[in-house]
Amino acid sequence: MRSLAPGPASLVKSQEGIVFLLALLAFLAFALFLPAFFSAGNLLTLVRSVSILGILALGMALVVVGRGIDVSMVATMVVSVSWAFALSRSGYPLEVALLIGAGFALLTGIIIGFAVAVGEVPPIFATLAAGSIIYGLGRTFFFTLEMQNVPPGEDWFALIGQGRILGIPVTVVAFAMLCFVAHILLSRTRFGWQLYAMGNNPEAAKITGVPFRPMVVAQYAISAFVAFGAGLILASSASAINARLYNSTFIYDILLVVVLGGIGLNGGHGKIRNVILGTMFVGILLNGMTIMNIPFTVQNLVKGVVLLFAIIIDSLVNPRDEQTSQQGDL
Amino acid sequence: MAVSDMLLRLRYRIVPDRLFGELLTKSWIDNVIPVLVLAVTVLVMTVLIPGYLSTGNMADLGRQVAEFGLIAIALTIVILSGGIDLSVGSVFALTVLTALVCMNVLGVPIGVALAATLGVGLVCGLLNGVLVGYLRLRAFITTLVTLVIFRAIYDIVFPKLASAIVASMPSSFLWDYIGFGNVVGIPISFLIFVAIALVVHIVLSRMRPGWRLRAVGGARRSAFNAGINVKLTVCMAYAASGVLTAMAAFLFSARLGSTGADTGIGLEIVILTAVVLGGVSLGGGRGSVGGAIIGTVLVLILSNSLIRMAVPGSLNQLILGVVLVAAVLFDVKWVKNRGKILSKVYVSPTYLALKERPRVAEDPVLAVNDRLGDAQQIGVGAVEGPEDVILDRDGNLYTGTRHGNIVRFFAPDYNTHEIFARVGGHPLGLAFTRDGDLVTCVGGMGVYRVTPDGTVHKVTDETNRSALSIIDDSRLRLPDDLDIAPDGRIFFSEATIRYEMSEWAVDALEGRGNGRLLCFDPKTGTTRTLLRGLVFPNGITVCRDGQSLLFAETWACRIMRYWFDGPNKGKRETFVDNLPGYPDNVNRASNGGYWVALLGMRTKTFDLAMRKPGFRRRMAKRIAADEWLFPNINRGCVIRMTADGTITDSYWDADGEKHPSITSMREHKGYLFLGGVSNNRIGRVRIADADPDWTAPDDYWGDAE
Repeated sequence: MRSLAPGPASLVKSQEGIVFLLALLAFLAFALFLPAFFSAGNLLTLVRSVSILGILALGMALVVVGRGIDVSMVATMVVSVSWAFALSRSGYPLEVALLIGAGFALLTGIIIGFAVAVGEVPPIFATLAAGSIIYGLGRTFFFTLEMQNVPPGEDWFALIGQGRILGIPVTVVAFAMLCFVAHILLSRTRFGWQLYAMGNNPEAAKITGVPFRPMVVAQYAISAFVAFGAGLILASSASAINARLYNSTFIYDILLVVVLGGIGLNGGHGKIRNVILGTMFVGILLNGMTIMNIPFTVQNLVKGVVLLFAIIIDSLVNPRDEQTSQQGDL
Repeated sequence: MAVSDMLLRLRYRIVPDRLFGELLTKSWIDNVIPVLVLAVTVLVMTVLIPGYLSTGNMADLGRQVAEFGLIAIALTIVILSGGIDLSVGSVFALTVLTALVCMNVLGVPIGVALAATLGVGLVCGLLNGVLVGYLRLRAFITTLVTLVIFRAIYDIVFPKLASAIVASMPSSFLWDYIGFGNVVGIPISFLIFVAIALVVHIVLSRMRPGWRLRAVGGARRSAFNAGINVKLTVCMAYAASGVLTAMAAFLFSARLGSTGADTGIGLEIVILTAVVLGGVSLGGGRGSVGGAIIGTVLVLILSNSLIRMAVPGSLNQLILGVVLVAAVLFDVKWVKNRGKILSKVYVSPTYLALKERPRVAEDPVLAVNDRLGDAQQIGVGAVEGPEDVILDRDGNLYTGTRHGNIVRFFAPDYNTHEIFARVGGHPLGLAFTRDGDLVTCVGGMGVYRVTPDGTVHKVTDETNRSALSIIDDSRLRLPDDLDIAPDGRIFFSEATIRYEMSEWAVDALEGRGNGRLLCFDPKTGTTRTLLRGLVFPNGITVCRDGQSLLFAETWACRIMRYWFDGPNKGKRETFVDNLPGYPDNVNRASNGGYWVALLGMRTKTFDLAMRKPGFRRRMAKRIAADEWLFPNINRGCVIRMTADGTITDSYWDADGEKHPSITSMREHKGYLFLGGVSNNRIGRVRIADADPDWTAPDDYWGDAE
């Protein structure tokens, strides 16, 4: 058993402790050596941009805890929001358009969930192909422009990404509230307990009466819905959404957060504080690299290498259980 | 016979129902569906797109197949090992860059360029291999990350060299030849691809590294326990993937001579779709090079046609994604349910009409008596499944057991026994040769000979394969009983070619002629099938004329006579028909007649069921095997008949405690020895009117000198 309240000694030993220390070190180093880093403006940008990543990572974390993975989140995000904007421009009220977008996101999640739960397609496969399908669907039928601006005349929409509550950006508040909700969901509800049971040992969970298939469908529906919400915040803060984000390495950033934070890809363990921790570290890293003016391609390389090491450490700390891992478990 | 019965009989004679189940047992059935889909696609495209089958188009397709096919083979190797390699697209981009830099910028000889390209591929593959094989990382996520890393390296390096690559052209004849050359109209790169594919196919399907790879992919822990170096095998699969991808990149560079920022992006999805479409199962162990190539051609035709039909790129992507999911879905369900479907449809009953059953109870000869009730019990608990028993010239008793041994009981009282020989399979029929060797039919193995000192030699385990049989009938599945002709030829029956030893009784539900009569000739050392289509041929005994033999057809409840020599050679006639039970072994009796073991008596219900194949089929499909209606094989008797087939005696165990079901009996010096395939003992009972000096070896081979 891991100790519930990590003291200073256990902090260094556990993976999350190491990540926490690394985040702290990176923060201090950037603050000391990069003059632009430790300014109020930058920190605000950091927290705000990190919040979107964090929200997406929350959705991913839920799926990963249940021994799944959802690499279609970015596709769902850009397509559902872009479609909503395109609909709004073609005459629908923005509210209705957003509802349609949300419905679309939910539907994709449910379909993916069915493919995984009933079709027994490996999750990473289902979501990888789903990403390609969703993006192709969007680009072919829903909208033609890659860049979809927020429809004009809807001032309230800008508040989501740019407004403040008691001086704190709405984005950050949203992230904090979602963290709280997710924490309650995972630690205080039957859904959460069953999720951990499924991740720990799917076969045992099935036998003990966990409604396995509905649970799987629910996970992907939630992650798709979370992706839509994150897309709204992203679009609101930037006043537009770029569909090409699907082709970027954004999805790896999300995975990076989850894996670095210490939620094992094996499923069955990991808490919301791991997501927060991962988000902090990745956010600081990305922000620092951007300020240092490191080219985008090199940033990708750095992220890739860091993620690789994170996975290696993850597999050393949480070795795969040969008893419950199945043939064809990729 | 009623008209409806005639029609029913005709229907089961004409429609080969069993073929469907037999097809499903073949390993190549996995490839049939992709091939059909490919054929349909080609047909549709030929109709839709004019000039689709032109030589120019075909040559172009051939070059693309060469490049994509190599990567598909690379991915197939990795998937066979139970992993996946998503980084092929990025490795491809990196190696294309390597090849072009070597040829265009550095201007090194083509051999060096090839080595460098393959070297880069090998390094990339080894990185994946070490991570997945030795560090036990998850294949999917790991190669997804290396995809990002390799891509990032390409994105960093490529812009710096792009102009240099375009600026110069290599002056290598060979390079151009690989890129554009033809041999009798076939692109040279396609020929290279075919050669490599052949080599990989042979390695995967015919050589040890390939078998190990499949073993690791099929069942990792079992492979480890079998002593395979799992980590090394997995690592090498990724290394091979890297090298093959590099080879594809080399062909690609030679053809195009340039590269762009988007080279290799999304390639992994295309290749993955191709491989899965080709029937390579995710999860490992199943798949072939042929399947991968079929899948590649299918995907290329599909995407090329979409491009020619001016479908936008994003829609192309959408269609590929849908095809991929559909293919994976089908594959998962196919692998999971194939066994289930097979077990449902494999049992394929047919029409078998038996004559009205003789009434045993009212027959003075056949009525139940208790002549076996006081039989001496031999080896109770020491033998399990003595299907056949036999005695040598010294009166010692031999029998086979389920544990794979031949046990010998010593004359005269048979209280002591020893294991005479260890055969390894369940010995069924037994017979002595002129020289005193014991020849036995071993279930699941073949015919074996045991010399008097107890050493075991294989006589035969295969026969000629019949040309039109779907299941391979060259191997002996269930050799049942045998006898030896005066000239030393061994005649033996194979009860069924459709079922294994453990499920022999299921053959009764089919009632078809699944068995055959075979002959091993020691002069030529070959085995030939004499008669096919026999209904569970069981006991065999050579008649005293030395030219013919009797064999029992169990489910048909008859004994046939077959002449293998003499003027009647090849003739087959019914010896006894409409027996009251299911005959098993047939052996000679001292009075010139024959003993026949009836392993079970017929019942009216099952006789009716044999005339209702539809009923038996529904039964086999819909209810569990435990609930099936089987023939009565629990209660039988021994009958004696004269040389012309008239039943004169019957021997029963009235209580059914000692010898309820009897599969074999031998007469020896006035006693009858009894064996049963599901018994745990041998019985010995005195026969009142038997010749007390008669022994089978003397009857067969004359008095011992």
